[in-house]
Amino acid sequence: MSSDAEDRTRSQAEVTQEATPGSTRQEGRPIQGSAWKRLTWPARRVLRTAGDRYDRMAKPARLGVSAGMVVLAAAVPVLLPYVTADSGYWTSVATKIGIAALLALGLNVVVGFAGLLDLGYVAFFAVGAYTFALLSGAGRYAIAISRSQPNAFKLLPTWHMYFWLLLFVALLVALIAGVVLGTPTLRLRGDYLAIVTLGFGEIVRITATNLNSLTDGSQGVNQIPHPAINVGSVHYNFGLNNEAYYWLLLAVIVIWIFLLRRVNDSRIGRAWAAIREDELAAASMGIPTIQMKLLAFAMGAAVASLGGVIYASQIGFISPDSFQLFSSDFGSVIILAMVVLGGMGGIAGPIVGAALIIFLPERFRFVGDARFLIFGGVLVLVMVLRPQGILPSRRRAAELEGGEVRETSVFEARQAGS
Amino acid sequence: MSALLEVRALTKRFGGVTAVDGCTFEVSAGSITALIGPNGSGKTTVFNMVTGYLRPDAGAVSFDGRRASRPDPARFYRAGLSRTFQQPRVFRELTLVENLAVAANRPWWALLGRDVPPTDRRRAEEVLADFRLGDLMGNKARELSFGQQKLLEFAAVLMGRPKLVLLDEPTAGVNPVMVETMEQHIRDLHRQGITFLVVEHEMNLVMRLCDPVIVLDHGAKLAEGRPAEVQRDPLVLDAYLGT
Ligand SMILES: Nc1ncnc2c1ncn2[C@@H]1O[C@H](COP(=O)(O)OP(=O)(O)OP(=O)(O)O)[C@@H](O)[C@H]1O
Ligand SMILES: [Mg+2]
Repeated sequence: MSSDAEDRTRSQAEVTQEATPGSTRQEGRPIQGSAWKRLTWPARRVLRTAGDRYDRMAKPARLGVSAGMVVLAAAVPVLLPYVTADSGYWTSVATKIGIAALLALGLNVVVGFAGLLDLGYVAFFAVGAYTFALLSGAGRYAIAISRSQPNAFKLLPTWHMYFWLLLFVALLVALIAGVVLGTPTLRLRGDYLAIVTLGFGEIVRITATNLNSLTDGSQGVNQIPHPAINVGSVHYNFGLNNEAYYWLLLAVIVIWIFLLRRVNDSRIGRAWAAIREDELAAASMGIPTIQMKLLAFAMGAAVASLGGVIYASQIGFISPDSFQLFSSDFGSVIILAMVVLGGMGGIAGPIVGAALIIFLPERFRFVGDARFLIFGGVLVLVMVLRPQGILPSRRRAAELEGGEVRETSVFEARQAGS
Repeated sequence: MSALLEVRALTKRFGGVTAVDGCTFEVSAGSITALIGPNGSGKTTVFNMVTGYLRPDAGAVSFDGRRASRPDPARFYRAGLSRTFQQPRVFRELTLVENLAVAANRPWWALLGRDVPPTDRRRAEEVLADFRLGDLMGNKARELSFGQQKLLEFAAVLMGRPKLVLLDEPTAGVNPVMVETMEQHIRDLHRQGITFLVVEHEMNLVMRLCDPVIVLDHGAKLAEGRPAEVQRDPLVLDAYLGT
């Protein structure tokens, strides 16, 4: 009761400064703030104006910029030999970054858009990888059949060709897994959700370890087939060509970004923003919060699963160890770190985060295991100096900073622009 | 007049505190019913149960002749039962238009349209203009004053074309000019056929605006009737002044 009375006096005080909206705005003046802020002001200014300018561009120009970026990204494997002597190795790193970026963009839907802390994301990566590995006939089941009855009827005689079908199947399986895992879980909030998702991540890994008859347990599944294209006169096996996987990943990422932007600009995106800010109020405005959260969860799961399929087919071997929580490749924690470091809620942020978190430890491989120490230090430093991440969506940045950033919302800017 | 909202023997305990204790009342269609009572008498808790935020320990609520199978605020909202909060809860990082667009009553599978659809936008602009927030349309909700946020919350709720609106202290912490605006809006909307259930501490407003008035004390209904009768009721005077 006393706090209620307090609220009332506080609000009375606020009333006196009624109707001066925008008084809290500062148009990014460099004068105040810490030495760090003053030092980095030019950089932040550049990022901000670049973002603003992009928002204000006409639609064809925006498309042009996006297309340019895609072409640039696609050219990376071609350009690498001119930059480094060890281009084969760096191409494989680029592919790894591709998988990481895909996962980070998927997790970003759950964490950044819907505001759900998911610590078991790698589970869906594993679901995709195992779905593909087992259905492609690489598992014990298929081996057993062909051993006992060499001439037995095989369901799909040339597995490679069915990569594209299985990609789709794995996506559906993950969607279902997302809904099944999400339905009981998403009634929880905040820390509780984090703990339960953490549990699910471990359950999937432990199931893969113990379901010996199907998954070969901790030995893992090997000889997973590579994808192949057999259309008309075009015959191409991806084999061990990292470039091919890189381009495939790039294509998947571009499609995903396109979808993501559409969804995020729609009512669904606004519903997510509302849920993120105040779930209770969102429910009181008629937003079906559970369904919206499930949708985010399932979308994230589907993308992770695609990543899993591509990963499994590229490496040719998976085991439960590939999907550990703290795995330094694609563990749930590392993917989350990519999203947070890069900046939540946007598109560029998670990609930058993924690129840095994969690239830096590779670049500093020569210092041995000390690189993880340096890497951890860099992470801490970035998060202290720039808690909203390197390239946050401007809406999220405003939520975290409480108002330093310029204020047209993304939706409104688009509305005005197009 | 028929009852739009029926509350039967509603009870809610928080640990040892019985916040609402066998509360029974009706809100008839087309009325502006007041729900008053001293601080802590359980008014907000009743609201929370009626709109599905809290599961009652006992008792039943039926709206528009139907009993909800399980408490679900979003479903209630879509059925035409909406509410505002004592402390306004707006989406601070969304613009005013977006705040209203979010509140537009849509089935969840119809959510994949791009941007703010023109019909929603037009309606939002209309409502905002009505509430004299039209100039601030593109601003973020957090730039609004406390009073304006209360207005915005009220405006947002109207996007769902509600039948019954529950207002929790619409004028607390709002400056006098805005209190008048708020009162005018309630009257206008009432004339357009919306029923109101209002929790309010400002007695002059209650006496002017509401009929009937229901008085809660210690979570139970103490009195009910025309404003003038209730005002004279010795039990009511005792509850407000005594103990
Ligand atoms: N979530 C809760 N947990 C524990 N006790 C609660 C909770 N909500 C309300 N109460 C208690 O229930 C009683 C009724 O509270 P309620 O907020 O419904 O009163 P109110 O009539 O709305 O008061 P006010 O006029 O101050 O808004 C109070 O004693 C309060 O402390
Ligand atoms: Mg109250």
